[in-house]
Order: sequence, then C-alpha cells, then structure tokens
Amino acid sequence: MTNTIFTKFYDAPKINKKEILRYMGCKNNTEDIDSLIDDCLHETLSKLSYKVCYRQFAICQNESNINLSFMTINSHDLSKNLKGCENIIVFAATIGIEVDRLISKYGKISPAKSLCIQAIGAERIESLCNTFNNDIKSQLTEKNLFTRPRFSPGYGDLPLTVQKDFFRVLDCTRKIGLSLNDSLLMSPSKSVTAIIGICKEKTGCSFENTCDNCKKQNCSFRR
Amino acid sequence: MTILEYMKDNILYLDGGMGTLLQDSGLAPGELPESWNLSHPEVIQNLHRTYFDAGSNVVNTNTFGANSLKFSYSELECIIKAAVLNAKKAKDSSIGKQEKFIALDIGPCGKLLKPYGDLDFEDAVTLFSEVIKIGAAQGVDLIFIETMNDSYETKAAILAAKESCNLPVFVSNAYGEDGKLMTGASPSAMVAMIEGMGASAIGANCSLGPKQLEGVVEELLKHSSIPVILKPNAGLPKEVDGKAVYDVAPDEFSDEMRKMIKSGVRIAGGCCGTTPKYIKELTTKTSNLAPVPLTKKSITCVSSYTHSVELSEFPVLIGERINPTGKKRFKQALINNEIDYILQEGVNQQDAGVHILDVNVGLPDIDEASMLTTVMCELQAIIDLPLQIDTSDAEAMEAALRRYNGKAMINSVNGKPESMQKIFPLVKKYGGVVVALTLDENGIPNTAEGRVEIAEKILKTAESYGIDKKDIIFDTLAMTISADTSAALATLKSLEIIKNKLGCHTSLGVSNISFGLPNRDIINGTFFALAMERGLSAAIMNPYSSEMLKTYYAYCALHNLDENCTDYINFASNYTEVSAKSAAVTAKTPLNDFKSPLQKAVVKGLKEQAAEITKELLFSVKPLDIIQDEIIPALDIVGKGFEEKNIYLPQLLMSAEAAKSSFEIIKANMTSDSSDVIQKCCVVVATVHGDIHDIGKNIVKLLLDNYGFKVIDLGKDVPPSDIVRAVIDNKAAVAGLSALMTTTVPAMAETIKLLKEKAPWCKIVVGGAVLNQDYADRINSDKYAKDAMETVRYADSLM
Repeated sequence: MTNTIFTKFYDAPKINKKEILRYMGCKNNTEDIDSLIDDCLHETLSKLSYKVCYRQFAICQNESNINLSFMTINSHDLSKNLKGCENIIVFAATIGIEVDRLISKYGKISPAKSLCIQAIGAERIESLCNTFNNDIKSQLTEKNLFTRPRFSPGYGDLPLTVQKDFFRVLDCTRKIGLSLNDSLLMSPSKSVTAIIGICKEKTGCSFENTCDNCKKQNCSFRR
Repeated sequence: MTILEYMKDNILYLDGGMGTLLQDSGLAPGELPESWNLSHPEVIQNLHRTYFDAGSNVVNTNTFGANSLKFSYSELECIIKAAVLNAKKAKDSSIGKQEKFIALDIGPCGKLLKPYGDLDFEDAVTLFSEVIKIGAAQGVDLIFIETMNDSYETKAAILAAKESCNLPVFVSNAYGEDGKLMTGASPSAMVAMIEGMGASAIGANCSLGPKQLEGVVEELLKHSSIPVILKPNAGLPKEVDGKAVYDVAPDEFSDEMRKMIKSGVRIAGGCCGTTPKYIKELTTKTSNLAPVPLTKKSITCVSSYTHSVELSEFPVLIGERINPTGKKRFKQALINNEIDYILQEGVNQQDAGVHILDVNVGLPDIDEASMLTTVMCELQAIIDLPLQIDTSDAEAMEAALRRYNGKAMINSVNGKPESMQKIFPLVKKYGGVVVALTLDENGIPNTAEGRVEIAEKILKTAESYGIDKKDIIFDTLAMTISADTSAALATLKSLEIIKNKLGCHTSLGVSNISFGLPNRDIINGTFFALAMERGLSAAIMNPYSSEMLKTYYAYCALHNLDENCTDYINFASNYTEVSAKSAAVTAKTPLNDFKSPLQKAVVKGLKEQAAEITKELLFSVKPLDIIQDEIIPALDIVGKGFEEKNIYLPQLLMSAEAAKSSFEIIKANMTSDSSDVIQKCCVVVATVHGDIHDIGKNIVKLLLDNYGFKVIDLGKDVPPSDIVRAVIDNKAAVAGLSALMTTTVPAMAETIKLLKEKAPWCKIVVGGAVLNQDYADRINSDKYAKDAMETVRYADSLM
C-alpha cells in the first residue's frame, strides 16, 4: 500500500452557494451579487476537473514528535489531531489550472468577477476535499476504522515547509499536474494538501473542518 | 544503423515502467530514483537489461527527474554519466537480438512555468539544456522528452534539445481523461507545435491505460505526419485485498496495443505499472505486424496553448484591433504601458468571434521586441486564441516567437531576398505559419501573374530552408480602389490562381481595399464576400464591423459551412438586439433616489449603461464636469456604503467597473493635454516577489484609477529592485505592496527597506491576507490598509 500512489477523479461536487458568498466577504445575498455568482458559475464550472492523489503511511508518535515513515515532524497541533492513529493518508487535491486563468483574466478586466471566481474556486476545492474525505471515511468504515479531520500544512504549528516533503512522496506533478513554487505556493492555486489520520477507535474528537477550532478570532471569513 | 533509419521500416518498441519496479527493489518513499544510478547501478542495469531481453529496441535512461532543481551540477553530471553507462552495459549484456538504442530520458522538471507557476521560460530552457548537453556527450541515440503535461514546458524542452545537440527528439505528453494536457492543450495543438519545431516523433504516455488513450491517439494519427508514440500505463492502481494492483493485465494491455499499432502507432511501449512481462507480450503479439505507412498531412494550422485553428474551406477571422495604426487611444495605452487596455481589446475581439488575434505594437519610440513579447505573454495568460505576430522588426519577431506558447502565425515575409533570409530561419526553428506578401524589391506587381510569380519564388526559397508549402499562406495585397479601380480585380485574380494552381492558402487585410472612400464598411463587406467566393482562407479584419460579420455569417450559411445555420441564427438574433440596446438605454428608467441616470448606472454597477449614457452626455456636457458632478459623487455614495458595511465588496467593485467604463469613454474623447488635469499623484502598485496572487492588488488599482490617481501596475511576483526603479522613474508619492503568504512577507520587508533607502519620499502602504497592523509596523511600512477603500482614503490624505 505504502508503495503506491493512488489517483482519483471525481464528478463535480454539489455547489454550496453560501460558502461562495462567505469567501466573497458577503454576509447576505442580494439580487445583483446572486446574478454575478450565476454568471461566473456558468463560465467556470465546465472548465474544472476534480483530481486527488493519495498514499497511505504507517506512523508512530512520541509526544509531539511524529514519524510519518517518510519524514519526522515536530508539531504539537498535528500530534493532537493524530493521537491514537497508527496510519495516515497524505493527499493532494486540485481543481486544475483553468480557474487560475479565469481569475487572472478578470483580474485585468473585471475585478468583481475575478473576486467571485476566486470564491468559487475556494468553495470547489474545499468541496472536493470533503468529497474525498467522505469517500475515504466510508471505505474505512467497512474495515471498522475511523478518520480524523484533515490537517494541512500551515494549520496550527505545522509549518508550510512540509509541503516539499508531501510533494516528494505524492509525485503530484505526474499524478495530478500539481507543482510547488519557491514560496511554497501551489500551482494550480486552488489545490490542497493534507493529512488524514486513521484510527481504530471512534474518538470524541468533535471538530470537523469548521472555524470552531481555529485560534484566529478576528478572521473576516469566520463562520 | 541509426534509429531514424531503423524506424523507416519497423515498429519501434520502447521499454516499460521504472518507478514501481524500483520501489519493489527497495527505493524508499520520497527517495530520488535517479540517485540509484550511482548507489545501486546493478539494480538499474538489471532492469534495463530485462527490458532489452523482453524485446525493447529503446531503453530510456534513469534520468526522468534529473535536473538542477533537485541536484547540484556536479551531482547531475555524475548521475547522468552513470545513467547512460548503466543503459549501455545493459544493452551490451542483453540476450536480445533486436536493434538496440539508448534514449536520454527527460521528464517534467516538477515546476510550472510562468505566468501560473514561478519558473521563467528561459530558465526552463537552460535547465533542460544542461541535462541534454551532459547526456548527449555520453553518446545516446536520441532525446526522449516524456510525460510533459504542459505545452509550454514541452516547448522549452524541445528548444533545449534542438539547441544542445543534433540528435533525434521524441516528444510524448501526458493527457488527462478529458483528452487534454493539464494546462489545456489538445492533441492537434500539440502536433502543430511539436511537428513545427522539428521533432522526429510525437505521442502520448503515462496517466491512463491504453484504452482510455484511444481518442488521443486517434487525434494524433489524424494530424501528425511524423511517427506516433504510445506508452500508456497499465491502467490505474486499485486496491485489491490490501494490495495495490494495476487494473490492466499484460494480456489485455498487449491486445489493446496491437489494435493501436494496427491503426497507425509506430512506436510502442509502457509506462507506470508496466513491467518487462508487458513488453514481452507486446513484442510477441505484434511481431507479425508491419508498420502502417506514414502519410503526409497537408494541414495548414496554427495553435495556442489549448487548441489549433486550421485553415480550410471554413474562412478564418483574424482580429486586427491590437494595432496602434490610426488609433489615438491605443497609442496612448502603449506609451503609458497600459497593458490592461490592450488585453481588453483582445478579450473584446474574442467575444466578437474571431479565431486568431493579430498582435502589432509597433510605435517609433518604444522598444518593440520587449513590448511585443510582454503583450504576447500577457495575452497568452488569459486568452486561448492563437496569435498572429505582426512586426517588421526581425529581432522583435524572434523574441516573440521564442516565447510563444504554441505554433504562431507569422506576419510577414515577402519576396525580397533579405526578408526571406531573416524570416525563414525563424519559421524553421520555432515553427509557425508565415504570411507571405506577394511583393518584392520591385514593389507590388499590378498584374495577377506578376504576384503569382513572386509567390512561386517565395515557395521555392522556403523549400530550400526545409519549410513545407503547408506552412506558407499568401497575402495577395488588397490595395485601395480609390487610387486604381482595377486594384480589387488583380488581388482577387491572384488569390484564385494561388489557391487553385499553387494549392496554397491565402489571407488578406480586407479593409485596405476601401482606403480613402466614405462609409468604407459597405465596400469592405462586399469585397470580403467576393474574396471568400474566390477561396480566401483567412481575413485580417475588424470584428466590430457589422458589415463584415454580416457577410461572414451569411457566406458560411450559404456555403454549407454552418450546420442548421446555427451560427448565423445566433449572430442574426443578437444583431437585432444590439441595435435595440442603445434605444433601451436611452429610454429613461425611473431615477428613484438618484440624481442622474449616470449616477444610478454607476451606483448600480451597470457597465454598458454607464458607457452609453456617458457617450450621450459628452454631446452636451464637458468631460471634466461629467467626472466632477456625476461619477465622483456616485463613487462616494458607494465608497461610504462600503465603509459603513451597507454594501459588500463585489458591489463596490461592480460600481467601480461601471465608473471605469464611463472613464474609458471620456478618455477616448479627451485631447491629450486635458487628460493630465484629472490626474492626482502617481501610485505604484505591485504584488511582491515570490507571490502570484493579485486579486487584492487589482482591486486597489481599479479604485485608485477611478479616484483619479495615476496608477503604475507592476503586476505580480515583482522583484524589489523593479519596484524601486518604477517609484524613482515615476516620482511616485505612494507605493502599494500586496502579499498573500507568510512566506512572501520577507520579500515585502526587503522591498520596504530598499524603498526607504533609495526613495525616502515615497509612502508605503501594505495589504494582503497575512498582514495586520502589527506585521505592517514590524516591517516598517507607513500604513496598513485593511481594504481597498482605506488605501484610497490614505492616498487622498497625502494630497
């Protein structure tokens, strides 16, 4: 298993307009914003693809030191998330480069559309991650295994530099056309890498990927 | 026997997968496979040998990811030397009796090229050149560029190979399940570019199993005149009983491959998940097959980074509006470096339905090579149409062709020896379809026969450069009938002869025919119809001219080129809408609480209406009064609303865009000296080095523009020194810097430090997702702005 990187292509997940609005910085919908979103969705949706590559690893932990078999990480927050896990899935997901092209195109000629398409991209990639998580979750449930909420580089005290290691073991460029630049930004930009912990017992670990667990209280995107 | 000689009469067998087998031999996750050339040479040699033993003619060196992004130069040298040696030893010790060759394997470098990644095109060329030079010196038989999922990186690698050695170059791309590369290119677009650059074979590998690649292979076979490669995966890995298994077994794999070879594939092997067993079955099962003969496809086509446009009986429209000739506003945009204005012109023409964009930025006082390349790259970042590079400056032409992503249309060459000497080597090296003007050192012949003679001379010379007839299209030169009323007849007649006798495609700058006459569109439309009827393949034209479009759509419908008349119906129904639209705007809608229709259009964010109303107002109101009394108050209403959180950011932006469209109309109507009156101080804006997110910066720019500041937008990923230079050159009062990531804040700090030192007068305002007041203070900026309105207010407060 560890020796293989799996790839999955998904159909478009269901659109969550509320999330798009949130990413646009709008608390409520209005008629003009709604029609802007519809226009942008119309132009964007057919150009997206939904790809994930992933690989499973055995891990062992010693307090905040975690050996992921391909690297050792010292992270208090990740170790909390992975407490009791013996395996993890490391994955990378992307919705492709076309959304970057549209954001850039409208950045030059219509910033309102650019903003809206970037929000759509953010919603799409998050929805793709949720779809993948649910897929993994249901596969594991059959084996009586449970998953933890996904945890990405940059969350808590997990540094962004681990991106380099994730890219190395996932062969992202070849598998899903994802690359990493010197500033650790991903291209295509609407992409996510993360770890999903796998454990034998269902824990009371309540936090799903909502804002409740985040320490940044004054965030404008806070739900 | 060389590989090219061998390929003439034989199916060429490649090797299979490497990565999976290395992992089975103990390669750790994340360990670089190329390092095993040195640490485990016996494993690598053994793997290569089993492929030769299984019947592979070609084995790829274990150098897929060997490049300077992963290794130092000295490591790279050792690794590549060892890799070639390993392959040679395998070749010498194999029991296989077949002809054997060694390919230097070149995989993607792992980084995406600019504008959507951070690797510069020339840096990519250098990176590949380094590897190819080392490998070629070790004595390989060919360069195998494979698994490329981006057309631009593919081009960089081919260019590197062509500039570094004389070996045959095979090029194979990784197509997704949608039949396209990750960055969007179709197989036919790849054929246009790769064949144009002189590769010896083209194909598809990796990503999918043979069956899923069937459509891609079909397309490649249909368009390519060079041999087609297929090197697919053994399907996709699936988990079976806790083990990973590729879902296409050797038996099924070889059956599928046999089918593909029968339909024309001449170079066959396997990629991820395939093993010597797959290759053995493949060679055994197809040993009785003769290769399908190659056929020359005489397809004249250009391509972008997504698709190709073919010249056929279906007339191609080339938009002529990106050209400063006779356009005051466009010239001003070029001088002020307003790239956005030029891009808008490109987008508008695409929306109007053109298939190719002509790009001409020639002005006496600008550096054409640099401007042409900049505009071309910016256009290619956002518009997927093929471009026609239009310049008489050969140096500018080469600079642009080198960086063009695809196979460009080249405008132009003519019958003068010096023109052909300059242009043909460029066509040969970079690929392209060149527009040949039927004139020479003696001028333009008056007769059709004279023009055809020049065309024949051009064809003959092109042939001596190795340029195929299909890559030349002739422009028989439309000359105004106001000077010579027989001019149109000569043009049309020569067009017809070239089309029918020489078998070449043609192009015309249609509107030249009416120069000096009133209501030129009337003549242009009819001339266009006559030319199409005589076989015109492409027209350089104004896509905003309704006469031209009417002729075009009607012609296609009448010539059975428009199934169910769909395009015509689309055009014709929209056409009536267009004429009704201005009437609808003029019909006054209730003003409600607004002072005037323009104010209402701006506040409500109605772009087209704002522009239309401004046009009407300009008949009776002075431009400055429109700005002061209408637009500025409207912007203030929206700005206040945003600050008081009554309206949201998208609404603020829609209003700003409506205001901008109104400003555009005003600018186009102003004399150059009065435009200075409205401008406040200069603000330089940029997304800092290493950061490629610029939505926020673009928003700030739009608002500053609207509030009358002179904005110099340096774009994204801008080095500190460039920002400092722009601030000094423009004596900017304010610099606005944006950063999205914690990893790029240091670049912002560095920029600020340099600005404080070199341009101490300049106030620095910062913003972006990761910034806050604390951060902004720490990096010594003058102001942290939480949003775009705050930046505007701050800049205003400095006045």
